[in-house]
Amino acid sequence: MRLQISTRLAIFATLELTARENHQLSVADIGEKYGVSSHHLAKVMHIMGRAGLVRAVRGAGGGYRFAGNPRRTTLLDVVQLFEEVSSVEKDTEVADATPEGQALQAILNEIDTIARATLGSITIATMHKLLNGRGAGRWRSKPASARGRSVRRA
Amino acid sequence: MNPLAIDPKARAETTGAALRVRRVQAADIPQVIALDTRVTKLAKPEYWNDVYRRYGKRRLHERFFLIAQNRLDRTDSRVLGFIIGEIRAWEFGSTPCGWVFALSVEPDMRLHGIGKALLETISGEFRKAGVNKMRTMVERGAQLPLLFFRSEGLMAGPYIQLEKDLD
Repeated sequence: MRLQISTRLAIFATLELTARENHQLSVADIGEKYGVSSHHLAKVMHIMGRAGLVRAVRGAGGGYRFAGNPRRTTLLDVVQLFEEVSSVEKDTEVADATPEGQALQAILNEIDTIARATLGSITIATMHKLLNGRGAGRWRSKPASARGRSVRRA
Repeated sequence: MNPLAIDPKARAETTGAALRVRRVQAADIPQVIALDTRVTKLAKPEYWNDVYRRYGKRRLHERFFLIAQNRLDRTDSRVLGFIIGEIRAWEFGSTPCGWVFALSVEPDMRLHGIGKALLETISGEFRKAGVNKMRTMVERGAQLPLLFFRSEGLMAGPYIQLEKDLD
């Protein structure tokens, strides 16, 4: 499974904003770490803001804060804002109506169902446990102390 | 060695000050049945009495039927939750590992660390018995237990469950 760039950025931004309680970051802060333009990230944050997951903080030290509950928000909640976890094609082709096409679709639906269940079972809080807990070293590219060093406080 | 004893050190590490996790006893079974009935809306007294006979009394070195109670109030004998698991080997080609096949927590007492204490205690028992892997199975649509086990670090394993309607 491959997530779109915007989806991945939304997940990364969510993890950055929830790394500490009441954490506030600008799109430039987040964009710098993940090597993405502020313009692209601003579009992502706008979509997340409309969904109520983040809240924009205005002013000189402004940025974004996470507005959801990390223990209740799952990866699926974030992913679904940007893409469907589904293999069903909107434009059906002749082949889809054949027994072969339907048999193939049944298998793809099975994969989708597992993917949705997996994404729906991982909360943002659980992601932080994965990052900070056992075996996290293989995922963490920077030491924890380096995280958020460019944080702008409100 | 008392077969009913759970490593007191493991218990202290895992359950905190407010909970006591111990092996089930016959007198607990009516409460286990009542708790399961409240949670699943389906009374299964014969099943639970049979589970007690198999997992609460036999082969205790590899079978663990544990309950959680209030440690602070000795007069409070309520069963706040229970967990059952056993070490199984060579089924599905698997090397020995600990299987958790039942976990239930009193609905009004959830989010108080009871499930975590039960899971950590049975993990300790599995480790003491010499296995370093724990498994369970959760229905895909059962989000509450899925979220719980995920939050405790369980990940998808190397097996895929398959089934077929026999009609």
